[in-house]
Amino acid sequence: MTNYSSSEMMVVTASRLLRDGDVVFVGIGQPNLACNLARRTHAPNLNMIYEAGVIGAQPARLPLSIGDPCLVSGAASICSMYEIFAYYLQNGKIDVGFLGGAQIDRFGNVNATVIGPYAKPKVRLPGSGGSAEIAAWANRVYFITPHQARRFPEKCDFITGAGFLAGKSERIATGVRGGGPHEVVTDLGILTPDQETGELILTALHAGATVEQAIKNTGWKLKVADDLKTTEPPTDEELRLLREELDPTGIYLK
Amino acid sequence: MSKVMRLSEAIARFVNDGDTVYAAGFTHLIPFAAGHEIIRQHKKDLTLARATPDLIYDQMVAAGCARKIIFSYSGNPGVGSLRVIRQEMEAGRLDYEEYSHFAMITRVAAGASGLPFLPMRSTGTEDLAKANPQYKTIQCPYTGVELVTVPALNPDVAIIHAQRADANGNAQFWGIIGEQKEVAFASKKVILTVEEIVDERAIRSDPNRTLIPDFVVSAVCHVPYCAHPSYTQGCYDRDNKFYLEWDKISEAPEKVEAWLNEWVYGVKDHAEYWAKLGAETHARLKVPPAMSAPVNYGKY
Repeated sequence: MTNYSSSEMMVVTASRLLRDGDVVFVGIGQPNLACNLARRTHAPNLNMIYEAGVIGAQPARLPLSIGDPCLVSGAASICSMYEIFAYYLQNGKIDVGFLGGAQIDRFGNVNATVIGPYAKPKVRLPGSGGSAEIAAWANRVYFITPHQARRFPEKCDFITGAGFLAGKSERIATGVRGGGPHEVVTDLGILTPDQETGELILTALHAGATVEQAIKNTGWKLKVADDLKTTEPPTDEELRLLREELDPTGIYLK
Repeated sequence: MSKVMRLSEAIARFVNDGDTVYAAGFTHLIPFAAGHEIIRQHKKDLTLARATPDLIYDQMVAAGCARKIIFSYSGNPGVGSLRVIRQEMEAGRLDYEEYSHFAMITRVAAGASGLPFLPMRSTGTEDLAKANPQYKTIQCPYTGVELVTVPALNPDVAIIHAQRADANGNAQFWGIIGEQKEVAFASKKVILTVEEIVDERAIRSDPNRTLIPDFVVSAVCHVPYCAHPSYTQGCYDRDNKFYLEWDKISEAPEKVEAWLNEWVYGVKDHAEYWAKLGAETHARLKVPPAMSAPVNYGKY
């Protein structure tokens, strides 16, 4: 079997979650790689939408920023920022959103705003950007993030984007359109919300990772699914696309 | 009526101390040259509004131009933090008012529409609304649904960069169009910078591309490469290398000061700044052409 990095494992696992025909709000970095990999493999009809107002993007190079000019070249449409958030996200046209953040808690809430109190920040993070809207209005939300206890606290210091809040019924009560967190892909495996409660539980491990590692690196008492699965390792073709075409200098694959 | 003037004159005439300034552009077309001219003219106590403050506001905050920022994502896109703004915020030295992207842009859309506010659907989390009392709620009179509102943003002055305009200020854009049109209509004054001033006939041959009409524009400034290290679609590439370098420069106040001395105070205008970047950078940012298929408007 070929050697691969944990970043490659995460990107490949996330790409396989995407379905052909999905309309996806793509984030920069690893989500961008996962979407472009999916489009080159099992999801040729993936419609990639970028927050900057680009619809049907087909980037020929790796964008460093969410507004890179390569996203415009060959795109199907360009719209204003107001339109991308109002007509596309708020109006329910987006199937999948990707989110990142400094903290993801037990119920899939995400913090991209502040560590410590808001008025007296310990660490000031960049803030929401589109996270609040993606978390609320995309039908399925995916996360790609390394599995570390400080990134997975029991409760976020600040909720920038709503997961299931204090539990699934609480999110449903708010009436927000989107389905909330769907899968959290880490370098150890996959966390999936419990159908009833919305609590993130360990449902899959990557080859070589252990349940003990996952529990140790999670800030709440992590539950493990009865039918814990093992993810498929990357194929040679997936690795070739990532290394030779999508991120040839290895910016996001180290 | 021609509104063509030098950028230094436009900044001197239309940007006053204490103003709320919105330098527009989502990653694309960020008018760095205007930000640098504001720094050179020592404008102060500004409220700087931008969805993404980007390096332009990090530099303006570092130079002491700002009293407050209004924003929705204060990061160095694809790189990390805006270190100067972050330090000032953490130290409590800079006032700030924070939104999500949609709320920020909705404020501008309300301002552009002559409305006191606009509603949005709830995003299910109230933490930001608790931190920022400008967020309020209203009950929809038709459905009874509770909606979130934000007030109109009407900047004193907008600064907007475009690929081209005529001398009167009819401005054409292509590529990512962000919030430029909304900002232009929301603001009391509009300073337009352009890569190229073209004959009015060129504009009128393709009116669909004109996002901003001349009569809302106060000044038209011919500033080639105005957006560097941001970019202008079709003209030059984004200088990603500089965005990464700024992450290092902004680690220490003395390095920021040295950079401002060399690249802002040390040059008389943006033409000198661009020349100083040198042939290697010019070549690195050069972009081969890709023309769109022409459209036929018909002769009526």
